[in-house]
Amino acid sequence: MSATATDTGSAATSASAPAITRIRPIGGWFDLNLREFWAYRELIYFFVWKDLKVRYKQTFVGAAWAVLQPTATMILFTVFFGGFLGLPTGGLPDPVFYYASLLPWSYFQGAVTTATNTLIDNQGVVTKIYFPRLIMPVSAVIPGLVDLLIASSILIVIMLVYGVTPAITSFLAPLFVLLAACTALGVGLWLSVINAAYRDVRIVIPFIIQAWFFVSPVLYPAESVPKAFRWVYSLNPLTGAIEGFRWSLTGVGNPPGQTVIISSIAVAVLLLTGALYFRRREVMIADVI
Amino acid sequence: MTISIEARGLSKRYRIGGVERYVALRDIITNKLSAPARRLRGEPAPEKKEKETFWALEDISFDIDEGEIVGIIGRNGAGKTTLLKVLTRITRPTKGYANIHGRVGSLLEVGTGFHPELTGRENVYFNGGILGMTKREIDSKFDEIVEFAETGRFIDTVVKRYSSGMQVRLAFAVAAHLDPEILLVDEVLTVGDLKFQRKCIEKMAQVAESGRTILFVSHQMNQIRRLCQRVIWIDQGRMHRDGTTARVVSEYESAANALDAEGAGARQAGGPTQFIGWWLKEGERERSHELESSREPFTVTFLLNVDKPLASAHVGVTLRDSVDTLVWGNGEDGVALPSGVHELSFSLPSMPLKPGHYRWQISIWESSKMLDLWDATTELLVATDPVTHWIDHFAGVMSIPASFATRPADKADA
Repeated sequence: MSATATDTGSAATSASAPAITRIRPIGGWFDLNLREFWAYRELIYFFVWKDLKVRYKQTFVGAAWAVLQPTATMILFTVFFGGFLGLPTGGLPDPVFYYASLLPWSYFQGAVTTATNTLIDNQGVVTKIYFPRLIMPVSAVIPGLVDLLIASSILIVIMLVYGVTPAITSFLAPLFVLLAACTALGVGLWLSVINAAYRDVRIVIPFIIQAWFFVSPVLYPAESVPKAFRWVYSLNPLTGAIEGFRWSLTGVGNPPGQTVIISSIAVAVLLLTGALYFRRREVMIADVI
Repeated sequence: MTISIEARGLSKRYRIGGVERYVALRDIITNKLSAPARRLRGEPAPEKKEKETFWALEDISFDIDEGEIVGIIGRNGAGKTTLLKVLTRITRPTKGYANIHGRVGSLLEVGTGFHPELTGRENVYFNGGILGMTKREIDSKFDEIVEFAETGRFIDTVVKRYSSGMQVRLAFAVAAHLDPEILLVDEVLTVGDLKFQRKCIEKMAQVAESGRTILFVSHQMNQIRRLCQRVIWIDQGRMHRDGTTARVVSEYESAANALDAEGAGARQAGGPTQFIGWWLKEGERERSHELESSREPFTVTFLLNVDKPLASAHVGVTLRDSVDTLVWGNGEDGVALPSGVHELSFSLPSMPLKPGHYRWQISIWESSKMLDLWDATTELLVATDPVTHWIDHFAGVMSIPASFATRPADKADA
């Protein structure tokens, strides 16, 4: 049997001549090993599939929860922030505005939380079997998309009830969801390893998410932020994601072009640094968990 | 011979203590923030204490050829599992390196990645995926896996309703069908009934015959003997012996049984009062550690070295199963023994235990002072055929055959 030397590690799916797995003390800083990640891509499918299977074992409860939570929050927001406080909603009916903002936000919140805990939740597997650890945070941000999709169907109903016709730009909405997903993944990459190594981080995370809620355009449109601060505000990738999502579906307001560009750059930086940090630290995960 | 695994100076350092491993971020930040101030004041940085770490593996080097089945033995905490974890890339070595030629499959713990809420079928897919199989690969081997695991009609039942034996069977079946070039196995065969254990061993032998390499960690010398040609003995993280199974295992056993003359003067004849060995006599079979039939008479003999003559001693013996349940115990008072080596025997009409591994513990006392308490290192293997419920979970501790009959109840009883 001939052995071909490669640096890719053992490719899980290759049936050809065995590759050499090199076991060394520690990798470099810029070693993402995406080729190995690619070889294991089906594992993402298995993780997501397992997660959805477990979650939707009782289908009705699973699906109902996906709808109930944003709807209830939307009603509260409409009554208190829209009704009593009279906050501006960028020319949209209050329920439409809040519901459309809450969808990407709830998804983000759920995805960040799952991704942050993914290493600890899967520690049984992490300490027993090797696979590229990057698979876990990536898989963690995907199942929430199903909830988002289910909840989106209600958004259409709410829009029609309040006389907002879905805009022609609706086909762009998935791109903004992708932006939110990448943000969640970027944050998840950073926090999951930190969370695994330092257990007190778990306490801080709800606070980070709460703060993030206020600096994202969920309760108010981005135009409420003074012009001078708008670009700094756009550095929060969720600004682009939420504004874009709302705009693409309703067509109300100006297209958030500049905001989306700044947000996309911010998210690219977040993702890359997150992935590098994750790869650098993942070697010690099995030892500290 | 093509090389399969080459390890050079593999070393792994761990921090001591389970709880202290979780560092609080708070402390790190405080430490980092106060560092510049400390430097300004000219104080040295707090030293990293060497004491807080230990080497779980130290300078392990070996070459394993393709198709070899190598046993890894050693006491608990000797570093066997750490070695497997390094070789499977679960953890990285602190020093040294290894090159592994080929795809690695590992079976480090029973049902790893099994989700209790998923069915057997779903778990096969998920587990296979984690182990590195593609969906298509699993599809094509699914029937074979289920057949091997003998879980047929339970395959669509959620795994939390499985007995531990069934879980192991399924887990092993998945891993065994991974078709890795190299299979690393850690103590999985200790659970499950003996019939299945034999099947696993056959499967592993079969895997090895097809040119695959197997590294097999076990405490059970019977299994090691049956399966491996070569054995690596690890002691305190270091390579202690590497050689043929017959040689290394017998050395290991004699060291463990303290019959070894070099055994640090621990358990040897001529020392203080202590137990130094045990064996069974069953029919014609003598000096064995295996019970062929648990329903036939046999005699268990313990070897005791007596230092000073005992006028009236108490001898207590217990037998525990693999999950530490006390299954049998007995005692004898007023035992008088002159000094020298004695055989202490208990004869039993039968020991109706289900197949599996059991451990003896024997102690000797004189006027409520314990002279020796010995956990027999070599386990008792009950190799009888299973005669009770076919699902381990319901099989119970005792293996007693039953006959079953039905008839219409008498009117008076109804």
